[in-house]
Amino acid sequence: MPETATVEKIAVKININVNGKLYARQVEPRMLLVEFLREACDLTGTHVGCDTTYCGACTVLMNGLAVKSCTMFAVQADGSEITTVEGLEKDGKLHPIQKAFGDSYGLQCGYCTPGLMLSTHQLLSGNPEPSEKEIRKAIAGNTCRCTGYMNIFKAIELAGRNMKGA
Amino acid sequence: MYPRSFHYHRAGSLEEAVSMLGQLGEGAKFLAGGQSLIPLLKLRFANPEHLVDLNFIPGTSFIKEDSGALHFGAMTRHAEIEHSALARKIPVLHDCAAGIADVQVRNRGTIGGSLAEADPSGDWTNALITLDTIVHCLGPSGARTIQLRDFIKDAYTTALAHDELVTEVEVKIPPQGSGGAYLAFKRSAPVYPSASAAVQLTLAGDVCQDAAIALGCVGLTAIRATEAETALRGNSLSDKTIATAAEAARAAADPQTDMRGSAEYKRQLVVALVKRAIQIAVRRARGEQVEGAHLYA
Ligand SMILES: Cc1cc2nc3c(=O)[nH]c(=O)nc-3n(C[C@H](O)[C@H](O)[C@H](O)COP(=O)(O)OP(=O)(O)OC[C@H]3O[C@@H](n4cnc5c(N)ncnc54)[C@H](O)[C@@H]3O)c2cc1C
Ligand code: FES
Ligand code: FES
Repeated sequence: MPETATVEKIAVKININVNGKLYARQVEPRMLLVEFLREACDLTGTHVGCDTTYCGACTVLMNGLAVKSCTMFAVQADGSEITTVEGLEKDGKLHPIQKAFGDSYGLQCGYCTPGLMLSTHQLLSGNPEPSEKEIRKAIAGNTCRCTGYMNIFKAIELAGRNMKGA
Repeated sequence: MYPRSFHYHRAGSLEEAVSMLGQLGEGAKFLAGGQSLIPLLKLRFANPEHLVDLNFIPGTSFIKEDSGALHFGAMTRHAEIEHSALARKIPVLHDCAAGIADVQVRNRGTIGGSLAEADPSGDWTNALITLDTIVHCLGPSGARTIQLRDFIKDAYTTALAHDELVTEVEVKIPPQGSGGAYLAFKRSAPVYPSASAAVQLTLAGDVCQDAAIALGCVGLTAIRATEAETALRGNSLSDKTIATAAEAARAAADPQTDMRGSAEYKRQLVVALVKRAIQIAVRRARGEQVEGAHLYA
């Protein structure tokens, strides 16, 4: 760790809108977006799996697009809108994607689930009726060690149908 | 995992980015999509003292057609090219963009960053080397253009000076009767391919007038399979001719055994990928629409 004085000298002030709430923080440039969310915002729903840009457990939406928050610095998200799993639920009601993952048994341990739901969110926002091939491509950056994926495909199809009907 | 501590600078224009890097010196680096650089920083394989962020510079992400060529701003993300109807004018570009890593990496990674990184397993260099591609650069003494084949010097080494930027990538639209394909074989989405092949053919009737074939991940830079090209040029593209070209490509490949497969396995992949890419290129040259991107295991 550098000296405190150095940290203060290099720290950057950023404003990030996370789930509709503005977080103004002074951060070290090397702080990863996932650490910002978990430690500076206390939003621990975003997980760290591999920490090497492989597993997608850390996936969040930045201005609507899925990104791996372990492979972005918080300073790069300055001024943007971030959605984490905590932002999916509205007024105590689960988002259709969350409900569908539950109803279709699309999770077991749940470690991959926040990231998968946000990748699903990007997919379904542009395409509520994806083919299985499109689903596979959309979640190819998210690893699940438990389910074998079949129930996840079902959950995504169900979520799409429910979102279209809503 | 935390990278070493660094100072963060946000450039407001391309010119400012260049002058910042010049002033900050050898310890400074540009940061584009970060999808190659940030993993390296986290592993502390790279330890710059300063990062100059290009992401906030307006007007650096664009796709446009001008004077028979497609032009891509350096900060254009792989995903933007994947979803661009204009980029589909050159099918190889869509093949390439749509198969890089996964959705999340494609949302961040840039075409300019990929060329500047010159990763021997990267897709863009290999796909673009079969086309007439010009890299536009900006340095302290002004702008210059470099042919892609002269831009790539070696593995992870380009013609760029330390404080020189890629600003734009220009790809000439191939003539009528020309078709191309880019295929790569990967073990899963978020990994680099084990081998890849790019093919661009120009047909006159059934006869191949011109051919460009490049192999990726099987050498320190993309390899032009010149003997494979010769095997096609001036011939009608029978299965036998295609097989001869694919065998010539096998001989041109110079792969290493590593976690992505043994050298022999990769040579075998080259044969299969070159054959399939030629077949798709021929159909496209005849005006057929063929979906064909990277293949997963
Ligand atoms: C899990 C994973 C899988 C991947 N799989 C693939 C794959 O299959 N195929 C593939 O091709 N790529 C793959 N990539 C790499 C990805 O495509 C990167 O986005 C790309 O290689 C680099 O682009 P970038 O914009 O992220 O650059 P950065 O990581 O920001 O920068 C890379 C280097 O280029 C320099 N640089 C960046 N932009 C410029 C510029 N405009 N001018 C001068 N120098 C510049 C930087 O200083 C740095 O040294 C993968 C990455 C990850 C994390
Ligand atoms: S923790 Fe980010 S991709 Fe695995
Ligand atoms: S539910 Fe356990 S990793 Fe996916």
